[in-house]
This record gives sequence, C-alpha cells and structure tokens, in this order.
Amino acid sequence: MGEEMHDQAGGPMTAAVDIQGVTKRFGDVVAVDNVDLEIADGEFFAMLGPSGCGKTTTLRMIAGLEFPTEGSLKIFGEEVGTLPPNLRPVNTVFQNYALFPHMNVLDNVSFGLRMQGKDKRESAHAAQEMLELVQLGGMAKRKPDQLSGGQQQRVALARALVNKPKVLLLDEPLGALDLKLRQDMQNELKSLQRELGVSFVFVTHDQEEALTMSDRIAVMHDGKLLQVGTAEELYDQPVNRFVADFIGQTNLIDATVFDADMIVLANGTKIRAPNPYPAGDKVAMSLRPESISIGHVDEVPEEFRATSLTGTVSDVIYLGHSHVYTVNVDWMPLEVRTNATPTSIKHEPGSEVAIWWDRRSDWVVPDEGHGA
Amino acid sequence: MTAVATPKFEAANERKKSRRGFFLALPAYVYLSLFFALPLLSVVVYSFAKRTSTGGVALEEWNIDSYTKLGEPIVRDILLRSFTLAIITTVICLVLAYPFSYFLATRKASTRNIMLVFVMIPFWSNFLVRNYAWRVLLGNDGPVSRVTEGVGLGETTILFTPTAIVLGLVYGFLPFMILPLYAAVERMDWSLIEASRDLGATGMQTFRKITFPLSLPGVIAGSILVFIPSLGAYVTPQILGGGKKTMLGSYIVTQFLTARNWPVGAAVSTVLMVVMLGATMLYFRKGGRTL
Repeated sequence: MGEEMHDQAGGPMTAAVDIQGVTKRFGDVVAVDNVDLEIADGEFFAMLGPSGCGKTTTLRMIAGLEFPTEGSLKIFGEEVGTLPPNLRPVNTVFQNYALFPHMNVLDNVSFGLRMQGKDKRESAHAAQEMLELVQLGGMAKRKPDQLSGGQQQRVALARALVNKPKVLLLDEPLGALDLKLRQDMQNELKSLQRELGVSFVFVTHDQEEALTMSDRIAVMHDGKLLQVGTAEELYDQPVNRFVADFIGQTNLIDATVFDADMIVLANGTKIRAPNPYPAGDKVAMSLRPESISIGHVDEVPEEFRATSLTGTVSDVIYLGHSHVYTVNVDWMPLEVRTNATPTSIKHEPGSEVAIWWDRRSDWVVPDEGHGA
Repeated sequence: MTAVATPKFEAANERKKSRRGFFLALPAYVYLSLFFALPLLSVVVYSFAKRTSTGGVALEEWNIDSYTKLGEPIVRDILLRSFTLAIITTVICLVLAYPFSYFLATRKASTRNIMLVFVMIPFWSNFLVRNYAWRVLLGNDGPVSRVTEGVGLGETTILFTPTAIVLGLVYGFLPFMILPLYAAVERMDWSLIEASRDLGATGMQTFRKITFPLSLPGVIAGSILVFIPSLGAYVTPQILGGGKKTMLGSYIVTQFLTARNWPVGAAVSTVLMVVMLGATMLYFRKGGRTL
C-alpha cells in the first residue's frame, strides 16, 4: 500500500518477494483481494491477522502450494506465479511441521538435498550440520514421533533451511508450543534469521509475536492488506479502526471532525486532535490505555486541559505493576492503565476522576474497517 | 474417617477390575473356543493321524506322512499353481485398485460415498451366481466371443483356462483391495505431500518416497485380503477353470470327500493356515496396527 521499501544500503535493490495485484478466489470466496506487497531481502516480515484473513493463502501462493487467480508474483525478480513448488527457491515450515513420520530426523532433513540429486553422504553431512545449528545434533536417528513439540519444530526448521532457500516461509510455526517454549523459539528464530541473512516471511495471528520478532508487519483482514509498517508505525499510526484495535489494546472513541485541530466527541466535548480529514467526517480516536493519566477532577494540568475528560471509576484491577481502571465517561467506558508505585493513589470504584493525555498520543482514524 | 489408601487396597482393586473384564468377555471366549479354536485344533491333530483302510481316521500311530505327501510332484504342482495364480491376482488387483483408491480419496465426501456404493454393489448378488455369469459371458457362444469373432479376432477360448480363473478372482476380490487402500490414502496427511513438493520433490518422487510408503499398511492389508482367499479359492477355479487344473481348494475338497484321505486334506489346510498366519504377522510388523 504505497509503502516504500527499507533499503539499508541506499541503492536500488530487487525485492525478495514482489506481489502485485494478486487475488485468490476459491469458488465464490475471495481469500486474497488485490494485494500489493514487497518484502525486502534479509527482512523478518510478519503477516498478521485473524484466522481467515488471507495471510496463510498469501504465504501458500509464495510457496507455490496455491496459484493466484490474478496478478503477478515475483521472487527476486523472477515471475513464479504458476511455477510448481519444487521449482521455487523458497522453503516452508508448516504449521503442524509436516515431518515425514516414516523417516528418521536425519532423512527428514536431508530429503530436500536428496531430491535435488545431491549424493547421499554429502546430503547427510549437510543435514547433520544443520541439526547441530538447531541444537539437535544427537537426535539424528530418532523418529519424529519420539521428539517433543519444540524439537519437531526445530527439525522442520532445519529441514527447510538446509536447502538454503532465498526466502523462508513460516506458517504459524509456534502456534502449537506452550508459552515459555514459544518465547524461547521467538528469540532463536530471530537470531537465526540475523545469522543467515535470509528473508523470513512469518504468518501469525498473535500480534505480540509479530511485534516482538518482525522488522515489518503486514496486517490483513478479510483478504485485504490494510497496512504495512514497522511495529511502531502500526501501533502509533494505525490506518483504520481495525488495525488500531487489532494491534495492542486501545480505546476507540467515535467522533466528528471539527477542524484540522479539533474533533467533537459524542457528548459534544471538543478535544484537541490534529487530523487530516475534512470537517464533519465521522472518525474514531484511538487512545491507548497506557497513555492516559488519571487524577482528581481539579488536578488536570493546564497544558492538558484540551485533551481531558471527566468520568466515574466503575472498576479497578490490580496487576502488581499496574492498575487497570474502567472509567465511565458520559457515554462509554474507557480503559486506563497506570503504573502502580508505592506512592500512587488508587482510585476506588465510584470516585469522580479526570483523565487526560498528551495530544501527540491520540490518533484519529477514519470510521471504517469495523469489526475484529 | 481417616485415609485408607494402601498399596494392598489398590492391588485388590486392580484385580477386581481385570476380573470384571474377564466376565464380560466370557461368552465370546466360550463361543470362540468351542466353534473356532477346537475345530481348528482338530484339523491340526488330524493332519498327524493315520488313515484307516476304510477311509476313516485313527487317532493313533502319529506320523508326518501327510506332510511328506505334499512334496510329491502332483501336490507340488498344485501348490505352485495356486500360489502363482494367487500372486498374479493380488498384483493385478493392486495395480487396478491403487489409482482408483487415490482418485476416490481425493474426491469430495459426497462423491466418495456414491463411488464406494458402486464398489460394493457386486456384493448384493450371490458370489456363485456372479461366477456363473462370467461363465456365460466367456463361453463359446457368449457375448465376448461374439464380439471378438465379429472384429475378426476369432473365437474367445479363455473359459476353463488359468486366465479365466484369474479374471474371476480379480473380479471377485478387487473390492477387498480397494477398501483398505482407500482407507489408507484417505487418512494420509496431505501436508506431507505439500512438504515434499516444497522441498523440491517432483510428483513422481513424492509418490515413491512419501505417498506409497505411507499407504503401505493399506497395500499390505489389501494384498492379504486378496491373496488368502485367492489361494484357497474353490468356487471360481471350479466354475471358470472347469476343475481341469486342480487348485488347492479343489484338492482339499477331493481329499476329504472323494479320496477319503482326511489326514492329507488336513495337512494341506494346516499349511494354508500357516501361510495366512505368516502374512498377518508381516502385516502387523509393517505398522498395520495403525489401520
């Protein structure tokens, strides 16, 4: 979506993956709807969205496991849209790992090299080396069902990487792992990617995972690509309600544009919120719970007068490091998250409070892309 | 009350549980012992018994004469012929059934069910009747012969030949090959095939390295289900082979009913059972458990 490619070297470069106007239909269902996307060489790229948003279909089209209905798909400048998977310079780590159950770990990992006609000893050697890299050197003779989920995941990774793909595709590879293991694997994947310098294209529905690992993230919904950007760009400058709501937690407050600097909320309150939309437009203001301050009604600092509201605390949850308040302003509840320090005052349910925020931390999005 | 859990109590409870299981299975045990194990055992016992001069069996003077008789040229030919025809039948069934099963397993559910019904339809009529139908089809003035004559290929003379027997056996037992093969292919994890293609294997390589090995339990199960009844077949060789070339089934019947040599009949039956047992064990070795 008009996003310029990151290019550390500064010179012109060929995209690792270049998708232009790609649509995929299954019968009447449009799984992927006119997507344009460029993924740079050496980039850790995440495709993020709820299930059914088209992210996996997009990945499968890059792998060659589905063919686009329309559009162009290039890998390092070469059109591959209708090339079968075995002729593409990419490899995939499947969601359920798809390890061959009748082969031992070493044969699984050397499979790709053998299929390319490499000789048996050479393939076994390379496979063993790759197994060492993922710390499974001692497991070569085991069968996949004798490994734990995390180990199977590493074998799948080794099996793909041993072929030296130009792009590695990962389809929710951490989805089946428990939380602790998932966090370890996130770090490992990230450092592996840095070490190898290969583009990783990573599909996930877990926004936290995407934020943690990726250089850039594409957010998809209903087959459409909504926004591509760094974690910060998506978090601070979402293009619409859906992205604002899907990335992190946020309060979405319906409003109408008053002028370039002000919006009017549902109860008529004017709030300072710079925006590029014409006066009278329906918009929503995204306000992150952690960027809101809370205090007594007469405590609002002078400079935040234009970005403040009053309300009643209806609920407060103590999380150790923070308090999460639900504050009812006239017409809707807002979530407010404050750091809990020994000196901070806890506002009990029922108390009248004021909330305020820095005007740089609200963000106005057009009133579209409902649902999540 | 205080806690009373002790190892002794636990062990007693386990015993009680396993006893309950035994009583549940008892009727089936009794039935199988009386009507299956016992007759089977008597066949084995008879094969070592002595044939009396009047054609009866004397349970004395135990010997292995009946088994040495299996080495005689006549019996050896029969064994060889039966094995050959059973193997040919199995291979033809496999070659016909595999592509069909694969095709079937890749259709959508509704299509599959209709096609499976088509596979079953022959079972709705009597096996004997179907064999006689083949005899009419293949006969001298049957429709097949008339067609070959019509196009100038001359009379069809395959009735009462081994070819007719194999034809009849393949026709009769093909569904037994299709069903386990279909079950094996249908249950396969298709992401493995995608993974294979993704790792650079062509369609043919994927079939050789992934699809076929993973469907092996189905291949073996189907082969056993076709091979064993083909080996002991009686009806088809009798009707389509005309009984001219004796096969194992016919030979056993002859020994029991005509030659009145029960020990030899029993010995051949025992050999057949051992072969079946071996095949079944091979199947379980090859991961048939998972079927």
